[in-house]
Formats: sequence, C-alpha cells, structure tokens
Amino acid sequence: MLETTWFVLWGLLWAIYFMLDGFDLGIGALMPFIARNEEERHTLYRAIGPFWDGNEVWLITAAGVTFAAFPGTYAVMFSALYSPLMVILFALILRGAAVGFRSEVESHAAKRLCDALFFLGSVVPAVLFGVAFANIFKGIPIDGNGVFVGTIVDLLNPYGMLGGMLSLAAFLVHGALWLAIKTTGPLQKRMADFVQRAWLGLYAALGIFMFLFVLSRGQTALGRGYIGKPTLFWLPVLALISLFCIFVFVRKRGWARAWTASSVFLGLALFSGVLGIYPALLPSSLAPAFSMTIYNSASSPLTLKIMLGVALVLVPVVIIYQAWTFHLFRGKADGPDAVGKDVY
Amino acid sequence: MDVLLLSRLQFAVAAFFHFLFVPLTLGLSVLVAFMETRYVLTRDEEYRRMARFWGKLFIINFGIGIVTGLTLEFQFGTNWSRYSIYVGDIFGSLLAIEATLAFFLESTFLAIWIFGWKRLSPRLHALCIWVVALAANVSAYWILAANAWMQHPVGYHIVNGRAELTDFLAVVTQRAAVVMFLHTVSGAFILSGFFVMGVSAYHLLKKQHEMFFQKSFRIAVWFTLIFSLFEVVQGHLNGAEVARNQPAKLAAMEALWETQTHAPQTLFLIPDEKNARNRLEIGKVPGVLSLLAYHRADAEVKGLRDFRPEDRPPVLLPFLSFRIMIGLGMLFPLLAGFGWLVRKRPAEYPRFLRILILAIPLPYIAIEMGWMLAEVGRQPWIVYGVMRTRDAVSPIAASQVAVSLAAFVIVYSLLGLVDFYLLAKFARSGPESEQFAPFAPLHPSR
Repeated sequence: MLETTWFVLWGLLWAIYFMLDGFDLGIGALMPFIARNEEERHTLYRAIGPFWDGNEVWLITAAGVTFAAFPGTYAVMFSALYSPLMVILFALILRGAAVGFRSEVESHAAKRLCDALFFLGSVVPAVLFGVAFANIFKGIPIDGNGVFVGTIVDLLNPYGMLGGMLSLAAFLVHGALWLAIKTTGPLQKRMADFVQRAWLGLYAALGIFMFLFVLSRGQTALGRGYIGKPTLFWLPVLALISLFCIFVFVRKRGWARAWTASSVFLGLALFSGVLGIYPALLPSSLAPAFSMTIYNSASSPLTLKIMLGVALVLVPVVIIYQAWTFHLFRGKADGPDAVGKDVY
Repeated sequence: MDVLLLSRLQFAVAAFFHFLFVPLTLGLSVLVAFMETRYVLTRDEEYRRMARFWGKLFIINFGIGIVTGLTLEFQFGTNWSRYSIYVGDIFGSLLAIEATLAFFLESTFLAIWIFGWKRLSPRLHALCIWVVALAANVSAYWILAANAWMQHPVGYHIVNGRAELTDFLAVVTQRAAVVMFLHTVSGAFILSGFFVMGVSAYHLLKKQHEMFFQKSFRIAVWFTLIFSLFEVVQGHLNGAEVARNQPAKLAAMEALWETQTHAPQTLFLIPDEKNARNRLEIGKVPGVLSLLAYHRADAEVKGLRDFRPEDRPPVLLPFLSFRIMIGLGMLFPLLAGFGWLVRKRPAEYPRFLRILILAIPLPYIAIEMGWMLAEVGRQPWIVYGVMRTRDAVSPIAASQVAVSLAAFVIVYSLLGLVDFYLLAKFARSGPESEQFAPFAPLHPSR
C-alpha cells in the first residue's frame, strides 16, 4: 500500500513537471519560428521569466523522490540511460545559463548565441524526455544485476522516436497556448493559428503511436499491462477527450481553458503510460523478473513513511506559493505595462 | 582510465565547480536582505540601490549555481548507482527533502524578487529576499547533513543487503552535521564579505560612488569580522570532530605515521607516502596535536601505520589542502580586523584597499581546499567505514564517462569564464550605470 501510494505520487510529480516545464520548453522550441524581431523575443522571455526556474525544480524533486522512494530504480534508470540523461543535463545547463545571461550581455552576437542555446536547450529535452519515457514504457534491456546490456542505438527504436515526436508536439502546443495567454494582437493570433495546425500533427502522432502500441502489444511492457488490465483504456480515452477540448477552447479563444486542457492531456498521457507498467517503474525487456518494481526497489517502510509525511505537507505548500506567483505575474508579457519589462 | 577514476574525476569537477558559486549565494543573499531591510526601515534610497546592485551580482552568480547543482544530483544515479542502491534509503531522502523544502522556496521567491520590484510593496519585497536567504541556508543544511552522514554514518542498520534508516532524527541532528554546517556556512559568509569588501575597495580606490561603497564596505566588514572570528573557534571544533569520527583523516592531514601520546605539531614537513614516513620534519612542538585534537596534551593520536594499507587515505592532498585552508583562515580575521579599525575612512588606506581586491579569490581557495580535505581525506571510503568508493561506481562503459567528463570540463570552463566576466563587468560598472537606473515608482499595473 505504501509502495503503491509512492508509485502514484511518483507519477504525479513527473506529471506536474511536464505540465509546468512543458510550456517553457515548448516556448523555447518555438522561438526561432515565431519571434520575428527583438521585441517579440523579449516577449517570449518575459512570458516564462518569473516561472521557468520554479518549474524546473519539479524535475529536481521528481528525480529526488525517485532516489528517496525507489533508490534501486533511480540507480538503474539513471545509469542505464546514462548518455541520454547527460545530453538532457547539458541541454538544461546551457539553457539555464542562456536565459540568465540573455538580459546581461550587450552585443547582438552574444544575445543571438543565448537565443540559439535557449532553443537547443529546450528542443533537446522536449524530445529526449519523450524518447526516455517511451522506452521505459516499452521496457529496456537490463539484466538481473540491473546492468544495461544494450547500446544507445537500442533506445532510438520506432517506439522511442515516436515518443520523442509526441512529447515535442505536445510541448509545442502547450507552449503556444501559454504564449497565447500572455500576449495580445498579432503574436496571439499567430499562436492560435499555430495551435490549430500543430494540434492536428499531435493527433496524427498520437494515432501512429497507438497503432504501433496495438501492433507491438505483446512485446512491450505497456502493451502487456493493458492486456492484463483493460479498464486502463479509460485513461487514453480521457486523454484524447482532453486533447479535443483544446481544439474546442482555442476556437472559442478561451486560452486559459485551452492551456488547462493541455495540462490535463499531458498528465493523462503520462499516467496512461505509468499506470500501464504498474507495479514496475522500469520494466526489463529481457525478462519480467529483471524489472525494477515498487517491491524490489523501494526504500524501507520507515523512509517511505517519513517521506510521505514530508511530501503530503510540503508539496501542497509549494503548489500554493507557486500558484501565488502565477497570480502575481498574471499580466501580459507584451505591451508597455508588460510583466518583467525591467528585466528583459 | 577506468570507470572508477573517470567517475571520481567527474564528481570532483562537478563538485568543485558547483562550489565556486554556492558560497556567494549563501552569504550575499543575507547581505542583500539586510540592505533591503535597512531601506524598508529608513526609506533611504541608497539602501535600495545597494540591494539592487549587490542583488544583480547575486543573480548572475546564482544561475550557474542552480544548473550545476542539477548535475550533482543526477550523478549519484548515473555514475554511483551502486552507492545509490546501497544507501539511497537514507541519502536519497535527505536530497529529496532539500529539494521540496528549500530549493523550491529559493527558486520561486528569487524569481518573485527579480520580477516583483514594481508589483510588491517594499516590505513584502524585502521579505522575499529574506525567504531566499533562509531557504538557501536551509538547503545547505540538508546537503551538508547528507555529506556528514557519508563522513560519519549514524541512525542506520545493514539489512536486505543495504543500509536502511533506523533513526531519522539521529541522521538529521547529529553533531557532525551541525558542525559541518556551521563550518561551511561561516566560510561562505566570509567569502561573501570579502567579495563585497573587495568590490567596494575597487570603487573607493577609483573615488567613485564613494558614499555608496563606503556604506557597503561597513556592512560587509562587520559581517566578515564576526564570521571570520567565529570560524577560528568553529574550525577548531570541526577539527576535533574529525579527530573523533575519522582518525585516519586526522592522521593523513597531519602526516602522522606513528601512533603516539603527546603527538607533536610539526612546523614544516615533507610527507613520503610510498615509504609511509616523512622525508623531512623541522620544528616539532610536542603535545600540541594531541591537545588540538583531543583537548589533552597526553592524548594518544593514531598514526597511519596502524591503519591497514587499504584503509589509508592519500596523504599529500589532505595534508596540503588542510595547511592552505588553515593559513588562509588565520589571515581572514586579521584582514577583517584591520578593515574594521579603518571602517570609517577606508579610502585613506589605498594600499589596504588594493590588498582587499587581491583578497577576493582567497576565501574561494580556502573553501575548495576544505572540500578537498573532507572528500579526499575520507577515501578509500565513500561512506566512512561502511562502503568503499570502488564498490560504489556504476556498471557502465568507461567511454561514456570519458565523453561526459570531457564535455563537463569544456562546458564548465566556458560557463565559468562567461560568468566571472559578467560578474566583473557589472561589479566594475557600479550602481549608477544604465543597468541600475533608479526605479519607476510603484504603479498600479494590475
């Protein structure tokens, strides 16, 4: 019971991370294509300025909670996915530096270099998180000692690649919706047009992924999970409904509602995968007995209890003061009274 | 090179680099909070400009501290997976609590502080930087409690083939953790004080913004003096803690080979690790080491030869880093003390001001030496007496680590250069340059 509670909390923390950092990663990945001049680039930085750092802490917390609650999974997952994680790490390091330095450097070349790093540092994690999670849902080649016996090429299979495309498309839509909330006039209109087109791409990618999922259902951990627990199909169905809601809300120009629907979609999409592999956190593609599960990789009951107390008290507090931040800086990011005009 | 050596080098690079940025975060946040509080209490605009100027330098420094901290957390999983499995039950929870309790507060409230100058009342705005300062130091406590547990593991038992928690409070409140926290944070405060004094000295020498930097100097000199004096006493307690918990580290940092009572402090010596002796020893003062370590001149101090060769830490690095740290630690109260004596007219002592500019890097060196002593002196253990470093490394290909290590060295060097360049640029430009234009008044933008 304790382990299962932590399993759900673990999924929840990753879901919150994708809902929050998803939009600023998406905006970074959109930047070269939508910001037409320096003022628009500033608007983009202002739109994420007060939030992106706090959003990224959810990643640190999600990783930290994996370490605390399921140290075995943390160890095997992070060492097995060494190279992709290092690439994500370097991308996030350079991205953080670029966003921080953007307002401090003066030369045009240095500003453009920051923009380029911000773009790369956003698009790379946006793709790789999808690749990583799709591979986890599929199962990765770990042996009975928790040693990764594959190569990095094994991770770049159709399943993983499609997962990467999906997460990128979802984050682009999520970012564009956030920007639509934060802007007025032409930029907002462009975002609305973009979402209507990207939304179709997202639907298409999702369709191909589901096709592949059904086709390979016997060979993947996720597929086997769904065969064993058919009631799980409600999750992807709800995810598809929330995806459709985005479309409806965008047509009614309800940007905040569309963004909320997009958040719900991200959460449901992640949980469609996470609950599908339960009770494993990191399934092995070699043999089910080699999988890292909530039973063979969890911390002691004492640690799980203490950490549960900590999480149940602190996570709501964090959500409250972060919500206050979103409320405090709720204004538009463009125009003369823009939030963060004195920074970017 | 093998995975073990490469992973150790990578961890050393990541930790040393991270700790170039953390100490200034810890101390400067407190100083900025103090300055902004003075503004709230006195409504003297100069204090607000001070909070803005020093806050700007704080922000430039902070960003790199954050992103390099991410690396350290990831590395326990990527490079030290066997360690993570073996002690994650205890160690992992400390890191997770740090993130949830402190790191969220720090990041979120710093963003509010940066973007909120026009959106919050001065009182609430000042409160935000206090939250940042408090969260940064609380964060340090949890990380140092985790490190203290590696130095002196308590509150656990070995079952199911790993270390499991038995007493959470013992882990969090053990003396080693408290002592280590006080030691590290005082060092960070000293560093921040010297940073502010050094930058102020630069402008006072140039005779620009004199009132502004005179005030900054006076705040910093009090701060530095208090904590550099405290650190002398505290450093001694820290040494006694090491003597109690890690006798092998004590012997290594003193290059003491033979177990003896009335152990001497040697003024000059050259250790010879290969032959387990000292090549040269000049000026032995008997009993002093026994007295310093155990507060009794006749106390027995265990020499390295009484540890099995496979349990001995390297000698040269702990020995040298200890001496450099101590030497600098003695210099800091002297410099701060002189600064305090002339605090009302520092501009009349240009030679002293020049020394203060040159002194900016010294606390950085002292702090990095302290970490070298703590970490190298703990070898060959990753958790003292419980797990050896060589048993902790991940079962991964050396080529992967070689590539990431090279990437860390390159990326970190570039980031470090850019960051120090920007720090120097903004520090030199002073408070009234374009970047620090006076504020627009609070306006009803909501």
